Amino acid sequence: MSTSYQPDDSLDSSAEFTDNVESRETLGKVFEVLFLLGLLIGLFVLALLLFDIFRDGLGRFLSPGFLTETPSRFPDQGGIRPAIISSVLLGSVVILVTVPIGVGAALYLEEYAPKAWWTAIIEINISNLAGVPSIVYGLLGLGVFNYLLGFGPALISGALTLSLLSLPVIIVAAREAIRAVPDSLRNASYGLGVTKWKTISSHVLPYAVPGILTGVIISVSRAIGDAASLIVVGAVGFLTFNPGLFQRFMALPIQIYSYITRPEPGFASAAAATIIALLILILLLNGIAIYIRQRFSIS
Amino acid sequence: MQNTNYRDNPDILSRQSLNKNASEDISEKIVATILFACALVSVLTTFGIVVIIFQETFSFFQEVSFAQFFLDTKWTPLFADRHFGVWPLINGTLLTTAIAMAVAIPLGLSSAIYLSEYAQPQVAAILRPAVELLAGIPTVVYGYFALLFLTPLLRNLMPLEIFNALSAGLMMGIMITPTVGSISLDAIKAVPRSLREGAYALGITKLETIFKVVLPAALSGIIASIILGISRAVGETMTVLIAAGQQPRLTINFMESVETMTAYMAQISGGDSPRGSLNFKTLYAVGAVLFILTLALNIVSHWVANRFKEKYE
Amino acid sequence: MTYSNSRNQSDSAIIDQDESVFNVEGVKVFYGGFMALLDVYLKIPDKQIIAFIGPSGCGKSTLLRCFNRMNDLIPGAKVEGRLNYRDRNIYDPKINSVKLRRQVGMVFQRPNPFPKSIYENIAFSPRANGYKGNIDELVEDSLRRAAIWNEVKDKLKEKGTALSGGQQQRLCIARAIAMKPDVLLMDEPCSALDPISSRQVEELCLELKQQYTIIMVTHNMQQASRVADFTAFFNTEIDEYGKRRGKLVEFNPTPQMFSYPQTKEAEDYISGRFG
Repeated sequence: MSTSYQPDDSLDSSAEFTDNVESRETLGKVFEVLFLLGLLIGLFVLALLLFDIFRDGLGRFLSPGFLTETPSRFPDQGGIRPAIISSVLLGSVVILVTVPIGVGAALYLEEYAPKAWWTAIIEINISNLAGVPSIVYGLLGLGVFNYLLGFGPALISGALTLSLLSLPVIIVAAREAIRAVPDSLRNASYGLGVTKWKTISSHVLPYAVPGILTGVIISVSRAIGDAASLIVVGAVGFLTFNPGLFQRFMALPIQIYSYITRPEPGFASAAAATIIALLILILLLNGIAIYIRQRFSIS
Repeated sequence: MQNTNYRDNPDILSRQSLNKNASEDISEKIVATILFACALVSVLTTFGIVVIIFQETFSFFQEVSFAQFFLDTKWTPLFADRHFGVWPLINGTLLTTAIAMAVAIPLGLSSAIYLSEYAQPQVAAILRPAVELLAGIPTVVYGYFALLFLTPLLRNLMPLEIFNALSAGLMMGIMITPTVGSISLDAIKAVPRSLREGAYALGITKLETIFKVVLPAALSGIIASIILGISRAVGETMTVLIAAGQQPRLTINFMESVETMTAYMAQISGGDSPRGSLNFKTLYAVGAVLFILTLALNIVSHWVANRFKEKYE
Repeated sequence: MTYSNSRNQSDSAIIDQDESVFNVEGVKVFYGGFMALLDVYLKIPDKQIIAFIGPSGCGKSTLLRCFNRMNDLIPGAKVEGRLNYRDRNIYDPKINSVKLRRQVGMVFQRPNPFPKSIYENIAFSPRANGYKGNIDELVEDSLRRAAIWNEVKDKLKEKGTALSGGQQQRLCIARAIAMKPDVLLMDEPCSALDPISSRQVEELCLELKQQYTIIMVTHNMQQASRVADFTAFFNTEIDEYGKRRGKLVEFNPTPQMFSYPQTKEAEDYISGRFG
C-alpha cells in the first residue's frame, strides 16, 4: 500500500453539513401520501365505474325477459339472449380449440424442442404475437376464415379468430406451468422406463393443470370481452335468432356497443345491463376455474 | 399371456430384447410431430397476418401513391373529394395515446412505488390484484364509461365536444395503468435490498433513496413498461371508437373529436364498402401502419428491458 | 482491566462514562416476537478498533446494526433497553435516525456501491446532506483516506460497480468516510474479499482508527487478533422454548481475550473446539 495519507482534521465535522434532515423528511412524508393517492385513484375510478354501471343497469338487468328475449327496436323492451348464446358459444369454441393447441405448443417448446435457432424464432414469434392489437387479428380472421376457408361472416369465423388471439397468452402460461413441474418427477418416471409421452401425460400434465387453467381463464376472459376483432370479421349489431356455428352472429361486447350507439336514452340502461351480464359471465368463468383448480390440483 | 415372472423364468430377461419397441417408437414420433404442429400454428399466424395485410396493402398502393398516403394531411376516402393522407389517423392515435400515458405513467409508477416501498406485505397482497382487475375489464366498458359518464361530467368544466380525445384518453390511461404498474413493480422489486441499505446507512432519507437509487436502478424495466403501455394504447379500439369519434382531424386540441387508426378500421369493417374496392383496401393499408407501429414498439420494449438491465452480481 | 458481561454496574464502571463512545445498557433485540439477542451490557471505548467475534447466529451483527438503528428497517424487529451514543440514548423516540447515521457510518459484508460513477458514489450523500465545502476536494480526500485514490483518480466517471471486489469495498469505505462520521461500523467487511484485498482493508482500518472508532464484526479470529484493540465474544444459547438466541459472553482487550480468556465458552471458541 502507498504511504499513509495525513489528512487535515482541523475542521469540526459536524459543522460541515447542513441541518436539513427535517425538511427532507417532511418532503418524504408528502410524497408518501402522493404515491398512495396515485394507487388509490385507479381503484377509486374502478369503484366509480362499477357503481355507475350497476346504478344505470341493474333495473333493466333484472327486468323480466332481459336475459331470455331477443332485442327490440324499442329501448325498454326486448333482451339479449342471442348475444348471451353467442358469447357462450364463442367461449366454448375458443376453449376447445386453444387448450389442445396451446398446451401442445407449450409441451413441444418445453419438453421436445432442441436448442436450435428455429426454436428461438418460434419463441420470439409467440411473444410478439401477444402484443398484436386484437383488431389486427380481425384482419387475419377476415382473410383466412371468412374468405380463404369460405366460412363467411359466421360464428365459427369469429370463434377461430378469437382463438388465434388467445393462443399466445395460453402458450406462455402453459409453458410456465410445465416448467414449474420439478424435474425429479420426470426423472423418476423415465428411470422406470416409462416413455416420454406417457411421462408427460401421466405425471407432468396433471401437475401443471392449475397453472394452465389460470392461463386459459385469463385468456378466454379477454376473448369474451373483445369486440374489435369480431367487428372486422362481420359480427352484426342486431340479431333476432339464436346463432349456430355457421350463421351470422354477435357477442355481448358487440351488443353493448350496439346499444351505446343508439341515441334514444333508454338504450344506455340496456347497455349498462348488458355490461352487467358480461361481467357476470367473466366472473362465472373465473369462479369455475378456481373451483376446478381446488378440486384437481395436486398439492 | 406371456409369463413375466422373472423368478420362475430366469431366462426371460435374456429373451426379452432391450431394443426399442417398434410401435412405441412410432407413437412417440407421432406425438412429437403433433406437438410440433401445434407450435407451428403460431408461426403460421404471424405468416398469415403479414401476408394478408401486405398483399392488400400492396394492392392499395397500386392505386394510391406513397406521397398521397404519407404527405397529404386529409383523410377523406369516403367523401367525394378523396384524400388518402394517413396523418390525421396517426394523429388521432398519438393524441389519445399521449393523454393515456399522461395518466398511466404517474398512476402506474405511484402504485408500483407505494406497493414496493411503503405498503405492508399483507396490504400489498390485496391491493396488487385489485389494480390488476383494471386490466381485466373489457375495453367496451371503458368506452361506455368515457362517453356516458366522464364526458358529461367534464363538459361542466370545459367546452368538450360530445366525442373527444380527452375522455377516451383518460379512460385508456386507467386501463393501461396496471400494465405500467405491474412491470415497473417487478423492476423495482428486483433492485437488491443491499443498495437501499447502503443509502440509508449514509444518512439518506427514504424518498431520496427511492428517487436517486432505486428508480435509476430499475429504469430499464420502467421504460420497457412504458413502451409496452404505449403499444397497448396504440392498438386499443373500442374505447376510442365509442368515445373519441369518427372524424379524422389533424389537431392537438383534445376537446375535439378525432379518429384513431383502430377506430377507422372498425368503421370501415362495419360499413358498406364492398370487398376489393379501394375504400376497403384502406382497411389493410391503415392496418399495416398499425401493425408495424405496435410491432416496433414491442420489439423496442423487449430490447430496452434486456439491454440496459443493471446486472447485480 | 477486565470486563465481562455482568449486570453489575460497578464492574463495568471501569471505563469512565465520557471515555466510551457507546454505552450499551441492557439492550435486547426481538425479531417477530422472539428474542434474538439477550441483554447486552457493553461500553465501546473511543478511537479504538473493537472486534465482535463468535459463531453464526450469536447476535454480533444484530448488535452492530443497533448502533446505527439499521434494525429499524427490518419489519418485525424490536429493540429494548438503552443504547447511549455519547450520553444520548439513540433509542429515544426524539432521536432522528437519519441524523444518527450521518455520524455513525456502516460498511457491509458484500460491497454495495451504487450503480453510479465512482465520483457520484462518494458525492451523493454529502450533496444530499448539504455539504458546505468543496465536493471535488471531499471526494479526493475520502478516496485518499481509503487508500484507493491512485487506482481510480483517472477513472472517476466510471461506474463504481465496474471495480474489483476489494476496490469496491474500499470505495464503500471512502463513501462512508466522506460523511465525516464519528464511528465506522463494519459488518464482516472482508468476508467477500480475496486474502490480498482483505489485508489491504485490515491495514486501512489500522490507519483509520486515528480518526474513527471502528466496530468490526468478523468471523475470522486471526483478523481480530491482528487488528482489534478490544474483542467482544458472543455465543448462542438455547432458551426455555428451544429457540436459539445470542448473548454477549466476554469483552476484553484483545491480547487478553486470546491468551487468557476468562470464560470457558470463549476459551473453547478460540481454541477451535466449536464455531
